[in-house]
Amino acid sequence: MAELADRVGEVIEASTTGFVAQCYELYQSPPLGSLVKTRDLPVELYGIVYNATTTSLEPGRRPIARGKDEASEEEIYRSSPQLLKLLRSEFSTLVVGHKDDDKLYHYLPPKPARIHGFVYLCPPEEVKEFSQSFDFLNILINAHLPVSLDELIAASLRQMCQAYEDRHSFLVAAGKELAILLSGDFNQLKAILGRIKG
Amino acid sequence: MTQEDTQKLGIVVSGSLNKGVEVKMDSSASVEDMAVGRYVTIDGPKRRFFGMITDITLGVIDQKLTLTPPDVSDPFMTEVLAGTSTYGTLHVLPMLTIGGDAASLLEGPQPVKTVPSHFSVVNLALQRDVELVFGSEDERKFYIGTPLDMETKVCLDLAELVKRSNGIFGKSGTGKTFLTRLLLIGMLQKGTAVNLVFDMHSEYGWEGRNERGQKVKALKQFFPSKVAVFTLDEESSRRRRVSTDFVVRIGYDEIEPEDMVLLRQTLNLTEPAIEAIYQLSRRFGKNWLQSTMEMKDSEESGDLLKELSIHESTFQNLQRGLATIRRLPFLMSHSPDNPVQRILEYLDRGINVVLEFGRYTDITAYILVANLLTRRIHTQYRDRTEKAQGEDTAPPHPLVITIEEAHKFLNPEVAGQTIFGIIAREMRKYNVTLLVIDQRPSGIDDEVMSQIGTKITCLLDNDRDIDSVLAGVMNKSEFKSVLSKLESKQQALIFGHAVPMPVVVRTREYGSAESYKDFIPSEQAEKDIEELWD
Ligand SMILES: Nc1ncnc2c1ncn2[C@@H]1O[C@H](COP(=O)(O)OP(=O)(O)O)[C@@H](O)[C@H]1O
Ligand SMILES: [Mg+2]
Repeated sequence: MAELADRVGEVIEASTTGFVAQCYELYQSPPLGSLVKTRDLPVELYGIVYNATTTSLEPGRRPIARGKDEASEEEIYRSSPQLLKLLRSEFSTLVVGHKDDDKLYHYLPPKPARIHGFVYLCPPEEVKEFSQSFDFLNILINAHLPVSLDELIAASLRQMCQAYEDRHSFLVAAGKELAILLSGDFNQLKAILGRIKG
Repeated sequence: MTQEDTQKLGIVVSGSLNKGVEVKMDSSASVEDMAVGRYVTIDGPKRRFFGMITDITLGVIDQKLTLTPPDVSDPFMTEVLAGTSTYGTLHVLPMLTIGGDAASLLEGPQPVKTVPSHFSVVNLALQRDVELVFGSEDERKFYIGTPLDMETKVCLDLAELVKRSNGIFGKSGTGKTFLTRLLLIGMLQKGTAVNLVFDMHSEYGWEGRNERGQKVKALKQFFPSKVAVFTLDEESSRRRRVSTDFVVRIGYDEIEPEDMVLLRQTLNLTEPAIEAIYQLSRRFGKNWLQSTMEMKDSEESGDLLKELSIHESTFQNLQRGLATIRRLPFLMSHSPDNPVQRILEYLDRGINVVLEFGRYTDITAYILVANLLTRRIHTQYRDRTEKAQGEDTAPPHPLVITIEEAHKFLNPEVAGQTIFGIIAREMRKYNVTLLVIDQRPSGIDDEVMSQIGTKITCLLDNDRDIDSVLAGVMNKSEFKSVLSKLESKQQALIFGHAVPMPVVVRTREYGSAESYKDFIPSEQAEKDIEELWD
């Protein structure tokens, strides 16, 4: 069972292809491209973080600038502690696979995540286990997201490679998979490779 | 045998039985480690194939890559692209099926009748695969060399070999003589045939030299009781300390008009001059040559020529040609002995005869003697074989006649009429076959070439020579590239009846004490090696 420390948020919106989670702490969203998971036992859903936002709690009210007379940014939060309660951080993930009865599948689960399901950052061993297969790259390449896919793919590989001793070999292997998937589009391949090399 | 690791090269992606298959290389295998002529095995789902790499190409998935090449100074980029966006392709010619189905397990390697299916895995052939195909030495098979980059032996089936005429080709200095010597030793060792060698450069009987000038042993040193050295040049043989068994002298009265026909080109004789020879021989009988040479510029001679309607200029042309023959010191008016009979006596006893030419390396001498002796020996063999067939007795020993500069005997102009053309074409009808050695195979008549059972060819660089050697070979263009890429020495492409499939070999090392070990009884070999240290 994952440690409490790895818990990064709670599902507040879910669909077949992804889920949105709210962070417990303001600004504590996992890095872009991280592998996270949430449970709906016996199924565990894996997602890759593709977007993070921090907005006002109340949809109609936008924050206003407050620092004109303060000496530093910290001073703003110190003089108006209620601010932390008026803002919230969220992150969106793309579902890239699931585990059912301890077996990994690199395709979509039968059902979306549960609202209020806890979201955990996957520890290195689990990242390694998940990235034994590069099939998730295909889901990423074919996704329709508001962020650049090149950026997202590169970020997720940069995140994953940190779980490995031999990062270079991992990146070369991933690069080769991309080269095959993107065989018709050398420019895109070049753009991604340029963002993950050494 | 030590356990070898299989080295995967790639997978079959397309191809045909006629043209061979394309193999996409794995990124882990480097094109630069490949070489044409290497063997591979292909593991199809039902059969195992054995084939040869005949070409290596580079490919890209996206043509854009060739237009805007990636930054090659970026090792990461290069590493990723290798084997994915850029890849090597091997062109492989499947030749045999080895195991897999019941038939090939029972009968050994079989010629291919189909291709491996899509995505069959291609591995570098292991020693044991090569052994399975080219066999190991036994009472018929002789070890001739090793495949490229392998230590396995490639063996020739000598019993099969001598059933037809065979050829050894290659540019000058590529190793024909060394190969011939090996092959002759093989035939002596296995006793598959008795040999008659017309040894133009006196290098097969007692000893020869390598290109560094060091002596190398030849036949009689290994098989003293099975080899007789005949010589045309006693003095030269004596100086070289070769113990000869017989000195060949030929009488003018033994030379028949038919023996002259082959010399037409070398002696620059005209057609009418050849005609004149026949007329003169009808006139003078057995002594035509001597009589013709002695004809003086007299009225009497003039009358005779008129009577035979031989033109004055024709006669002069003939006289000039005959003068060249007259200068050959081994010719005399009448020979005290009969060389043909002597050679046959030895051959009948199973003793191989090497005829050294000593200083008479002139092509006229070579053609005259080889042709004259072969014609008569062939006649005897023919008569005896027919007699044996009639009486149901054993035919004479199979005989292999070795000739060099073969195109002089077998060019299209003469091949139709000469004894060598006849022997090459009649196969083993009368138990006589040829071993022809030539550096200009394009000079040999096409039909004769097509009758040659096994061809062993070293490097050739003239296109016409390559074409003539490969005429009639399936997948000719593939072998062309293999042939022209041979090393300039001691490498040969062998194909034909005596091998299950075409094979490139590095010819077995010959000339060191170590290399002699397999040819002579072991005490002798040890002694030789010890002597080296004294
Ligand atoms: N099998 C061999 N073993 C050792 N040396 C060889 C072998 N084949 C060729 N060579 C070397 O190459 C040289 C040329 O070979 P040779 O047979 O004389 O060529 P060719 O008869 O074709 O002109 C030899 O003198 C020898 O030094
Ligand atoms: Mg030679």
